[in-house]
Amino acid sequence: MSVHAETHTHEEHHDHHHKETFVTKYIFSQDHKMIAKQYLVTGLIMGIIGILMSLLMRMQIAWPEEPNIIFKALLGKWAEGGVMDADIYLALVTIHGTIMVFFVLTAGLSGTFSNLLIPLQIGARDMASGFLNMISYWMFFVSSVLMVISLFVEAGPAAAGWTIYPPLSALPLAQGGSGAGMTLWLVSMAIFIASSLLGSLNYIVTVLNLRTKGMSMTRLPLTIWAFFITAVIGVISFPVLLSAALLLIMDRSFGTSFFLSDIFIQGEVLHYQGGSPVLFEHLFWFLGHPEVYIVLLPALGITSEVIATNSRKPIFGYRAMVASIIAIAFLSTIVWGHHMFISGMNPFLGSVFTFTTLLIAIPSAVKAFNYITTLWKGNLQLNPAMLFSIGLVSTFITGGLTGIILGDSALDINVHDTYFVVAHFHLVMGISALYGLFAGVYHWFPKMFGRMLNKNLGYIHFWVTAVCAYGVFFPMHFIGMAGLPRRYYTNSNFPLFDDTQNVQVLITVFALVAGLVQLVFLYNFIHSMFYGKKAEQNPWRSNTLEWTAPVEHMHGNWPGQIPHVHRWAYDYSKPGQDDDFVPQNIPLKKGEEELQH
Amino acid sequence: MTGLLTILILLGITIAIWQMVKIFDLTQTNRDKSQVATDKDNSVNGYLMLAFLGFIYLITIISFALWGDLPLVSNSASEHGPEIDRLMIITMFVIFVVQTITQFLLHYFAFKYKGEKGKKALFYADNDKLEFIWTIIPVIALAGLIMYGLFTWNDIMLIDEEEDPLVVELYAQQFNWKARYAGKDNVLGKANVRLINLDNANILGLDESDPYAEDDIITTELHLPVGKPILFKMRSQDVLHSAYMPHFRAQMNCVPGMITQFSFTPTITTEEMRLNPEIYDKVSNINKIRNNKSKKLQAKGEEPLDRYEFDYLLLCNKICGKSHYNMQMKIIVENEEDYNEWLKEQRLFKNSLVQN
Repeated sequence: MSVHAETHTHEEHHDHHHKETFVTKYIFSQDHKMIAKQYLVTGLIMGIIGILMSLLMRMQIAWPEEPNIIFKALLGKWAEGGVMDADIYLALVTIHGTIMVFFVLTAGLSGTFSNLLIPLQIGARDMASGFLNMISYWMFFVSSVLMVISLFVEAGPAAAGWTIYPPLSALPLAQGGSGAGMTLWLVSMAIFIASSLLGSLNYIVTVLNLRTKGMSMTRLPLTIWAFFITAVIGVISFPVLLSAALLLIMDRSFGTSFFLSDIFIQGEVLHYQGGSPVLFEHLFWFLGHPEVYIVLLPALGITSEVIATNSRKPIFGYRAMVASIIAIAFLSTIVWGHHMFISGMNPFLGSVFTFTTLLIAIPSAVKAFNYITTLWKGNLQLNPAMLFSIGLVSTFITGGLTGIILGDSALDINVHDTYFVVAHFHLVMGISALYGLFAGVYHWFPKMFGRMLNKNLGYIHFWVTAVCAYGVFFPMHFIGMAGLPRRYYTNSNFPLFDDTQNVQVLITVFALVAGLVQLVFLYNFIHSMFYGKKAEQNPWRSNTLEWTAPVEHMHGNWPGQIPHVHRWAYDYSKPGQDDDFVPQNIPLKKGEEELQH
Repeated sequence: MTGLLTILILLGITIAIWQMVKIFDLTQTNRDKSQVATDKDNSVNGYLMLAFLGFIYLITIISFALWGDLPLVSNSASEHGPEIDRLMIITMFVIFVVQTITQFLLHYFAFKYKGEKGKKALFYADNDKLEFIWTIIPVIALAGLIMYGLFTWNDIMLIDEEEDPLVVELYAQQFNWKARYAGKDNVLGKANVRLINLDNANILGLDESDPYAEDDIITTELHLPVGKPILFKMRSQDVLHSAYMPHFRAQMNCVPGMITQFSFTPTITTEEMRLNPEIYDKVSNINKIRNNKSKKLQAKGEEPLDRYEFDYLLLCNKICGKSHYNMQMKIIVENEEDYNEWLKEQRLFKNSLVQN
């Protein structure tokens, strides 16, 4: 490895003589730092669309069938007279889910920080293949554009839920959105998956092969461990979704019967025979569940790094943290059936999946306790990134605990597909991963843009968001346990649920405030990019290698030689040291022992 | 009107946030431009952490106080229902304890150890004993919950054919439900959507040549005799649906191309349930809400809402298209005589066919 790194240095020096054009620097860039920024900006734009959609849904649920100027302005023909159409409600549900899960929290989070941090934290000049990396981003870009275009299709965008279960998603007769809208959805996702695979393979190869001298696997920062394992589960599970999507395309367009059988719709019997929608559910959730961890693990990795740095303490139980990441990743591939307890599959299978699912609580608990112990007797620097990280641990616990209910097949019977599920997964993966994204942006903004984000705006952003997140999702558990199904356009046809309506209104108010306060972040982001305070080289006094690189971005990351690594990333407040941090590239003092970790 | 009000409120909040931003910006122009947390920031945010812990507890208490009667954890109307409810309450209790303690530790530590210049953190990287303890505690707790859960699950899902259950088919289509009773022979006639013939009103695709089908009865309301085990066979003709009967703690998907099943024994008749004090209070409360709404509607010159009377319901709980939100069927649990009487009034399948 080290030999490779040294020869690389030489080549890179050559490169500097080449003049970069605007196009190669900002658009078709092969530099991982620029690609990270491209991922981030694209992810944020998709995030704005996704969050806006959720607000439209919330307004509809709180004040159903009432004319709303906002609907009229934003939805056009789908809200004649300002009253939202039932089909477009389901489309909003679908596209909100798709965009947030894949485009924001997979590509926007993992894409941004894996790209930015893997080479910088392991001490590499760039990704193993800059070219593939560029292709990966541009495929993501194309898939984003297609997804947005699908919103403007005549018969409406895909509206079968983000899980696109056939036959609903397969038959334009069943739903307007299952026509051209669904075709675009599938094509967009197929390209997205290809992009994700290229990215993941690149991350894996880079972590395994391009570590600088001294950077053994056991000295890797936990961020890198998280990104690395995330990439591995991505490579294992995304192809299965691709196959499901391809088979669905076959069923839709070429008359095969993989997922369809015995269908009578709109007065006619369709020719499909012998397929099973349950097969699709298996294929979908074989990705769908690991996807939760593809979203969450990078956020946890970022949190580990941010909490350790800002606690001025080593992360507690490094080995246990790595082990629990690996355990979670492994278990995540054998629990998908807990989404299908009542799908009609054999109840015995339900028992097995209950068992494996509840096992995940163990490594998750270890992680939560280790974070809390890291705070204990620390010297906490409560920067915005740190607040978001603590917030993440909080929502991860609150949301994770209700997983014990949903993962238990007997209990799932009555809360399956109710608002209880919505509350659970939004807290444990939605909000938590979003907090991870924000923590990452606040922490590494100086690394990305050479400037600092305004901390006071960050504080406002965090506290309002944190209060609203609980305000939205905590009461939601109760209306779910009341038996209120999710994905209902309005509940006014069920007097049974009339006593949940005031909760719905309260939730919507919190959601609207939460949506608004994101504008503070957006302003901070754009303003600081150009006018923020210039960053010092190592503003958070952190140990990891990225802070040894110059503030001004350069090809190859470091002028001259790549720093060598002599210690793990968590020598904070180590006794016998002058300062409360010792970067990884500082050799051990005479007589100093490296911690056995 | 609401739309306008919403916009005004949102506008107000925007301005408020904007002003806050301005104030924060002004206060920091002179000193401290580093954008790294100072001791003062640590102190302020440390106290806010403590306040936030209070907020989490507060919202928990408020939720239980205001909406604690919403969760379906009592008054289940099926034999297995109380088992699920008990397991739910035990699990919720465990969760509640863990949540209260861990959130306290997290936020209290964030407050207690807020940073100060010159302070040094404790270098504390590992402790195998501690790690072992908090691995083993969840293991034990989960082992208990898993065992309990699996026993309950098996109890519910294993169908005892020797109990001679009443066989009823639940048939789903966009966007309504039908029920099919097996008739005297208690065997459902063969059926397939390919046999649907709208011309002679064979709407569920029953095999007209199958003798078992002759005495089948198709209805749009689900009547169940109390105290008798019911075996539901679910079918769908078009897309996935889910037969959700929350009061009975019962749910199963309806899958085109296959027959799924779920079984339970209803224990409380609709009449009895309406007289249950808790349900009675709930219904009065809902009617109060509906009355208020009706007044507003009438002021606008619109029709008032109907009075609500409690009924068991079958809801669709799997996204199935445009009118998913209104796919329901009334369930009536009654004593055996009433049930038999009602059943007698229904038309047998062989008599319901239209002869051309």
